[in-house]
Amino acid sequence: MTEQVADSTTAPAPTGAWRTAVVREVRHPHPRAVLLRLEVPDRIDHLPGQHYVVRLSAPDGYVAQRSYSLSSPAEDPLVELYVERIDDGEVSGYLADGVAVGDRLDVRGPIGGWFVWRGTTPALGVGGGTGVVPLVAMLRHAQAVGATDLLRLVAAARTWDDLPYADELRDAGAVLALSRTGLAGGRPSGRLAADDLAPFLEDRGPGWTSFVCGSAGFADSATTLLTGLGVPDADVRVERFGPT
Amino acid sequence: MTVSRGFAGRRRGGQRTDLPPGQYDEGDGWPVLTAEVAPRLDPQSWSMGVDGLVDTPRTWTWDEMHALPQSDYDGPIHCVTTWSKFGMHWSGVSVDVLLDAAGVKKEAKFVLATSTTGYTTNLPLEHLRGGQAWVAWEADGKPLTREHGGPVRLLVPHLYFWKSAKWVTQLTLLDHDVQGFWERNGYHDLGDPWREQRYQGD
Repeated sequence: MTEQVADSTTAPAPTGAWRTAVVREVRHPHPRAVLLRLEVPDRIDHLPGQHYVVRLSAPDGYVAQRSYSLSSPAEDPLVELYVERIDDGEVSGYLADGVAVGDRLDVRGPIGGWFVWRGTTPALGVGGGTGVVPLVAMLRHAQAVGATDLLRLVAAARTWDDLPYADELRDAGAVLALSRTGLAGGRPSGRLAADDLAPFLEDRGPGWTSFVCGSAGFADSATTLLTGLGVPDADVRVERFGPT
Repeated sequence: MTVSRGFAGRRRGGQRTDLPPGQYDEGDGWPVLTAEVAPRLDPQSWSMGVDGLVDTPRTWTWDEMHALPQSDYDGPIHCVTTWSKFGMHWSGVSVDVLLDAAGVKKEAKFVLATSTTGYTTNLPLEHLRGGQAWVAWEADGKPLTREHGGPVRLLVPHLYFWKSAKWVTQLTLLDHDVQGFWERNGYHDLGDPWREQRYQGD
């Protein structure tokens, strides 16, 4: 079947110890999201696709921690997180409403060495909603190292406003698949379909990989589309996130 | 540890005493986290084996596996991404039954579990012995669904759940530890939730 899952990782991925990051920028690109840019001391360079853990601590020692993909590449002097506010989300709610510039946050990373793209092999990124965040890190890394010809992106969301980094993705030539609204002069509204992906699968080069990131439902439908188009399971790497 | 200004925590109302450090109670939810394409496996062509340092490598078909004495696990599961799920009921076969059938050689100290996808995870043998681990095909009274590792997954509930390999197809007995998929990617070689062994070095 897919021995590559076991064999294609290269060096072990270092995971840094807990660090105290300083919040340098806070933006709210969407009412349900916050974009945080953090200065992380003694930071270990990460690969696009990796994530960090953020840990919140109450005065009495109660802690809560969650993982968030990075949207920044290692070339960025700051670490950037795009956090969607989950209904009743203990951590995401605090990050969205409670964090201000100058605050300190305990973070740990980088974590994960599988859903990563090093910028040296052809890749297709398929993201749904906030699943585009690690793909944005890949895009920015590609731009930093002059490898944009290797990376193709497809980003799906309900509407333009539900798509993180929509302008940046559009300007980079990503296919935007919006299920509820059409794009002026572009793709009509509709769920991500085989036709959106097929053009990227015709001339796959050696080492080609697709990176699928999104909710469990999105990841399952996107991987089903890819494998239905003849992509071997072993060429697909998946990052699913649940409402944690 | 930095105190987060204005953070009081919301989930701890009635927090359970049996919640490992850094975990929260996911309640009725059951997140799906996988790194690969979830395979569609036909139970009638499925099989699972035990090999490596055993007296007789063995393979069981679906029907043969179900003819073995079954046993259940009732209790919580814990994911390294910090959710825990309580009150689960699992059914399957104790790993002891499979290992006893194959006959474990005395030099065997570790087990590498392999899935049909090629996913692997390493476990000390002592953590699969003594009624601590199952090969399970039913969760909460229903057949295990594909996204949760169905038709059959490993179940090692006292360790973080990435050790409970979905779509398990082989247990290989070894005299040395060979890191699996997530362990090579920075995760802990054992993964004890009570000791918060999340990443290498913890």
